[in-house]
Amino acid sequence: MEITMYMYLIPSLIMFCCGVYGFITRKNMIAILISLELMLNAVDINFVVFNRFLFPGQMEGMIFTLFAIAIAAAETALAIAIIINIFRVVKNLDIRDITKMKF
Amino acid sequence: MEFSYTLAVLIIPILMFLFLGLVGMKLSNKVAGVIGTTAMGIVTAIAYAIAFTYFFGDSQGQVIDGVRQQLEVVNFTWLQFTDNLIIKLGVLLDPIAAMMLIVITTVSFMVHLYSLGYMKGEKGFQRYYAFLSLFTFSMLGLVVATNIFQMYIFWELVGVSSYLLIGFYYTKPAAVAASKKAFIVTRFADLGFLIGILILSFYTQTFDFLTLTSNPSSMISTASGATFMGCSVMAWALTLIFMGGAGKSAMFPLHIWLPDAMEGPTPVSALIHAATMVVAGVYLVARLFPLYACEVGVLEIITVIGAVTALYAAMVACVQSDIKRVLAFSTISQIAFMITSLGVARPEIHEGVGYMASMFHLFTHAMFKALLFLGAGAIIHAVHSNEVKDMGGLRKYMPICHITFLIGCLAIAGIPPFSGFFSKDEILVAAYSNSPLWGIWLTVVAGMTAFYMFRVYYLIFWWNNPDYGHHTPHESPATMTIPLIFLATVSIFAGFIPFGEFVSWNRETYTIHLNWTVATTSVLVALAGIALATKLYMKENKAPAAMADKVRGLWTAAYHRFYMDELYQFITHRIIFGCVSKPIAWFDRHIIDGTMDMLATVTNSASYAIRKLQSGSIQGYVMVYFVGVILLAVITYICLI
Repeated sequence: MEITMYMYLIPSLIMFCCGVYGFITRKNMIAILISLELMLNAVDINFVVFNRFLFPGQMEGMIFTLFAIAIAAAETALAIAIIINIFRVVKNLDIRDITKMKF
Repeated sequence: MEFSYTLAVLIIPILMFLFLGLVGMKLSNKVAGVIGTTAMGIVTAIAYAIAFTYFFGDSQGQVIDGVRQQLEVVNFTWLQFTDNLIIKLGVLLDPIAAMMLIVITTVSFMVHLYSLGYMKGEKGFQRYYAFLSLFTFSMLGLVVATNIFQMYIFWELVGVSSYLLIGFYYTKPAAVAASKKAFIVTRFADLGFLIGILILSFYTQTFDFLTLTSNPSSMISTASGATFMGCSVMAWALTLIFMGGAGKSAMFPLHIWLPDAMEGPTPVSALIHAATMVVAGVYLVARLFPLYACEVGVLEIITVIGAVTALYAAMVACVQSDIKRVLAFSTISQIAFMITSLGVARPEIHEGVGYMASMFHLFTHAMFKALLFLGAGAIIHAVHSNEVKDMGGLRKYMPICHITFLIGCLAIAGIPPFSGFFSKDEILVAAYSNSPLWGIWLTVVAGMTAFYMFRVYYLIFWWNNPDYGHHTPHESPATMTIPLIFLATVSIFAGFIPFGEFVSWNRETYTIHLNWTVATTSVLVALAGIALATKLYMKENKAPAAMADKVRGLWTAAYHRFYMDELYQFITHRIIFGCVSKPIAWFDRHIIDGTMDMLATVTNSASYAIRKLQSGSIQGYVMVYFVGVILLAVITYICLI
């Protein structure tokens, strides 16, 4: 059986939708962060797949993915730091309790 | 270049200013004063060397065919905007510049020396010396300017130093007000000066003094045909330039700042407001005299303004009771003599004697007026008051001050053989040769000069013996008497300098002949003035008060300086503030500010209205975001199909 682009894209889409669903419904901030990572990884897969199938022999998509992974790692560290600090203040990780940033 | 060391007279004072201004506070008063004075002494020596080499040195190109040359010693391009619009800085040596170098450095050095005693123990002693150095630098830069723009730059710098020194006692409200007044009035006049410069150089395409004055008629004709309000543009330009000069030289009606400027320390009044800065206007007209000579109408305006000022200031000086005010009005009157003398000068009449006379009087006046001011400072130092009623009978206590002050009075009154006689005589000759009206006018004013100077002299040194307070006055220290003696000596002998050989309008040798008719008349008038003052003020009596009562109206008007300050107050407060500034302020506050306020109010209320949308629930935002994205995608899809 020949491997086509859709075989990669559909799982990636499912991954992305799971991420969106988790992001919206989960109440624990760590879980929300994991959902966010899921969405990012889905996009990374898309990059690699498009590069592999549409522009074989070129490396831009790959390189971009590497960048995205590095930035995602940094961003996760930042988010974790913020979450830890919030936890110190509110003693809780429930997103519904974090409503200080409104008018 | 032979004269390139001339730059030293500019560099040393500015370095002294920076040095005393930056590290002066670390030094003790005495050390700072001595350093400043020594540096000024060196500058004076260099300036004397320059002047001596310029006038007497042989064959370095100073004199060609009997005409003293104008040497551009240094001239470098400072700013170049286009091919024509170039601003240069440099040093121009010619007879009047060399003469001014001597005048400025001599008086400045004497004032530096005198201040060691006079300002002893004052707060801000180092600051005072720093400002004196700044002033000396600016004034020297002004006189050696090679182009009119450089002159303007230094012109403003002397204005700033004058402002700083008048306001030296910055805790005294009167001094602060006086410094502001001096600065604003002269700035207002300088606006005219700047416009004049711009018009002049727009048509002539040059700032350079040498280019402007070497061929004046062709310069004037560059603007031929261009007129404004019925007068040629060049006449306007020259009148506006004279306006700047009139502001600096305190000509009527821009004189109001000078009497108030006496709030500064007395040595400053001697240096800036008697001897050097206030003659900058005379110097400016003299510098551009070839141009003015081509526009006779402007010279007539100058004559009238000068003559009116001379009479006005002399009348006011006759009744003032503050010793420094009398000297201030006397200065205004004497500078008006110089201005009038330039105004009546015509190259074709009497070989342009007015120009030479004006410069000669500038020279002698600087010496004897500095002497009078320094003497007045010594008196004020002794009795701690400016009012003549607190003085009187001082001749017994201060013999040196008495003799030197008397010499100054005799010099300014024009009694031979003191220096004022010779220079004033030349001015009167110039005035008579132009028109008898001006001759008689100035002779009358000269008589008044003699009267008011001897009035104040008698009131200080004779009159009565008032209660001097807790201690009797005594003679000043040597640092103050030495300058007095030196300047008195100069005031006695300066008249014998054959001034015409050095300075004349065409820079050729001019031989001074005393005109015996004019000289005898002026001496008789001066003696009459002195005699009247002697009769009225030698001993305490009731005659002056009775005389004042007889002409009460005139006396009061003169005492209040003919209400010029009140007139200015009226014009600025009632007319300018009331009719012009207030509507503008209303427009600014209600229209311009109102528009801005309205924008702010609208933004504020709009944001207040929509702030409920921000709930703080992050997942709510994300939900809205994704719904929005999906909607956009659907819309795009539908549109593309």
